[in-house]
Amino acid sequence: MGTVCMTNCPTLIVTVGLPARGKTYISKKLTRYLNWIGVPTKEFNVGQYRRRCVKIYKSFEFFSPDNEEGLKIRKQCASTALNDVQQYLSSEGGQVAVFDATNTTRERRNVIIKFADQNGYKVFFVESICEDPDVINANIVQVKLGSPDYADCNTDEAVEDFMKRIKCYENSYETLDEVLDKDLSYIKVMDVGQRYLVNRVMDHIQSRIVYYLMNIHITPRSIYLCRHGESDLNIKGKIGGDSGLSERGKKFARHLGDFIHEQNIKDLKVWTSQMKRTIQTAEALGVPYEQWKALNEIDAGVCEEMSYEEIQEHYPLEFALRDQDKYRYRYPKGESYEDLVQRLEPVIMELERQENVLVICHQAVMRCLLAYFLDKSAEELPYLKCPLHTVLKLTPVAYGCKVESISLKVEAVNTHRERPENVTVNRSREEALQTVPSHL
Amino acid sequence: MPRELTQNRIQKIWIPSKDDKPAVPRRAGGPYFTNSPTVIVMVGLPARGKTYISKKLTRYLNWTGVPTKVFNVGEYRREAVKQYSSYDFFRPDNQEAMKIRKQCALSALTDVKSYLLEEGGQVAVFDATNTTRDRREMILNFGKENGFKVFFIESVCEDPNVVATNIMEVKVSCPDYKDCNKTDAMEDFLKRIECYRASYQPLDPDNYDRDISFIKVIDVGRRFLVNRIQDYIQSKIVYYLMNIHVQPRTIYLCRHGESEHNVLGQIGGDSGLSSRGKKFSGALSRFMEEQNLKNLKVWTSQLKRTIQTAETLSMPYEQWKALNEIDAGICEEMTYEQIKERYPEEFALRDQDKYYYRYPTGESYQDLVQRLEPVIMELERQENVLVICHQAVMRCLLAYFLDKSADEMPYLKCPLHTVLKLTPVAYGCKVESIYLNVEAVNTHRERPEQDVKRGPSTLMRRNSVTPLASPEPTKKPRIKSLDDHMASTSTSLSGFAASDISTAGQPLLGKACLT
Repeated sequence: MGTVCMTNCPTLIVTVGLPARGKTYISKKLTRYLNWIGVPTKEFNVGQYRRRCVKIYKSFEFFSPDNEEGLKIRKQCASTALNDVQQYLSSEGGQVAVFDATNTTRERRNVIIKFADQNGYKVFFVESICEDPDVINANIVQVKLGSPDYADCNTDEAVEDFMKRIKCYENSYETLDEVLDKDLSYIKVMDVGQRYLVNRVMDHIQSRIVYYLMNIHITPRSIYLCRHGESDLNIKGKIGGDSGLSERGKKFARHLGDFIHEQNIKDLKVWTSQMKRTIQTAEALGVPYEQWKALNEIDAGVCEEMSYEEIQEHYPLEFALRDQDKYRYRYPKGESYEDLVQRLEPVIMELERQENVLVICHQAVMRCLLAYFLDKSAEELPYLKCPLHTVLKLTPVAYGCKVESISLKVEAVNTHRERPENVTVNRSREEALQTVPSHL
Repeated sequence: MPRELTQNRIQKIWIPSKDDKPAVPRRAGGPYFTNSPTVIVMVGLPARGKTYISKKLTRYLNWTGVPTKVFNVGEYRREAVKQYSSYDFFRPDNQEAMKIRKQCALSALTDVKSYLLEEGGQVAVFDATNTTRDRREMILNFGKENGFKVFFIESVCEDPNVVATNIMEVKVSCPDYKDCNKTDAMEDFLKRIECYRASYQPLDPDNYDRDISFIKVIDVGRRFLVNRIQDYIQSKIVYYLMNIHVQPRTIYLCRHGESEHNVLGQIGGDSGLSSRGKKFSGALSRFMEEQNLKNLKVWTSQLKRTIQTAETLSMPYEQWKALNEIDAGICEEMTYEQIKERYPEEFALRDQDKYYYRYPTGESYQDLVQRLEPVIMELERQENVLVICHQAVMRCLLAYFLDKSADEMPYLKCPLHTVLKLTPVAYGCKVESIYLNVEAVNTHRERPEQDVKRGPSTLMRRNSVTPLASPEPTKKPRIKSLDDHMASTSTSLSGFAASDISTAGQPLLGKACLT
């Protein structure tokens, strides 16, 4: 959205649900998404505060409702976390805070609502309800067994203890109620997204959050990201344009076809941009593909089809400004990485909906997509390494994403330009071109 | 051997050359996906906003390029039973009427089938009460037999004020009540609603209806229950429904004040306002003040001329890059004369198909629609908004609000220094055009005289497909003899005597591209 006027009060997202219902999974994923689209967001996991406070976890009994000492500590941790939330939202420029805890009693939720009222925050609850034992077991195995709490237990002991832990919460669990909580803003996610109940969405950000939550899924799948094969302009060290593949680029396309067939991926979707080089690459695969204009390379405006040397010659000031803030810098009559992210958001949303997908795109575009999956900041994003002729295979695992880099063994020019040391506007030509990779 | 690529001259899209044999046989020929069509089924008592939702959703889907059409069973009934007498027609014990009503539903479903299978439709909205499980079961079977996905939209509302308002807005003036006064109409309609109430079986997510896909809209959007979304289109529909509202409000659309480029006849660029443009900004400021709105949001593009215009308003405004004027690529900052001289072929191609035509290294109106979709979505969420934008952009936005087709869109009149005031009313949008009395050049180029126009041969990503104006509802001829039809009708539609019902010819609509 626009940048001139932003008078939104901060939002406090509050998770609700028994243990092992995916609250932390949702919190982390949502935080990653919101940060990527430019909304400063941070999660506050009360369990982590508890681990800092109570150095050693003994057993589920800590969570027993009769354990007064335990209750005091847990309440204290929640309080400390809320203080940090306040710090983040009111003093550190945060826009959204995700308060990740069970928050299963109305009493606890009222404390949070009061805290939010006092500070002028909007509150949005995200409740996860699931009674499918398979899903719960899978969650426990995926993320609980490896938790610091169970560092010294074997699998069976850990599972048994965790199940008893869940039981401690069950009796006092007050789900968000249609009548009692009718004035609150919330979404109830049921059975891992089979059903949703949405109540009183107040504003744009809550609407986007609901849309996002309704599009994500946890079905195992892989996303393959790669660039088009080496292009004629790549060889000359020129950026942008709409050239075709070089001989080596065509070879890569064939190798990519072989790779895809070997991988034997179920129901693979293939996406390209609308630029010739990605389409030529896809054509070699011999499978249907879908063209997205949104996947087109960053528009370099007046610098289109220039080499870095030519940019230095014709637009030395612009060149320096770009090095100063590569993420926000917009080419004259062109785009910035920031613009790219906005343009790619529907692609990300659709990637979330899909299962196995191969995205054949471009350097800047691939950096943006990768930054989303690997939770990279705006500062890191424009310098992520996305070499030609290399496929990145992303597989969701636990709370994040495993990434495998597969080089298809076809030589290509290097198009990666590191940030030079001197980014001032009065630098010399040599200093400006210090990090330009070699080309014809 | 990979196929050779050529760039299609109008859309500038790379496609495999026609004369090469495909390396691998392709499904449905080309880089797009075919998808099962979807039947959206409305559910709810009368006066719950079903037709309002049907029409609005259809307008939105068509604008984004998904061929969609509404089939309103009430209209079929009005064709069959020329004169509405009273609510007695809707009484559950009125056997004769029940027969007619079922007949109308079946007739509508036949047309749905024809639209989705033969006329290139992608989504059909079946607008009726559909309040019983039996009726919904019949529709689910119809969907299954024909390979259609079915998605239910139920509107539940027990706020008597909302219901009464609906009745006043759209029922008392409907053809059924043309010979009644408002009070009688209201009274009759309320009794009509009661006829449905006893047999109303709402969607039951916990048990009976747990396996079907639906959204329940409760109390005009305060609350939603969403069950089993199957695909992209259902997800988009849910998102859209969750963003629309019925609060009265006004949307003001205008262009920036006249710019220096405008004066010189140059397109695109990023010039500042001319002195007349600045005068317009002042007039706009006064006009908006006179409108006396309690909360007004102001949006501009990120081009200087709209921002300069907004600056005069002395109120906060928000800049959207998405509102920037269409990118004319290599033709940026040229006059039409210069374009005609330098790029005569491009100039001609644009006149041939102005909606799909993409400037080399630039954009098309089709691209604009895709880019503007988040703006439309946010406009739906908002209340009073003034959008200061550009000619092509304003045409796209206007086409959405006024349900104009892709064909009409690039020729909509959006002159400088004129504000369009849009107010939602009943099922549509009232539009007032207010010229602020500051002279400006005319930047409108009429559609040139020409013969046959062809659409693109390759269709692209779903988000960038042809907007279509929502098709006129199909008028049905009166059903003359009910007995003839009853004899041949079974619960399955395949046995229905389609020959008796003629369909108003629908032009073949482009295939949409959806996954």
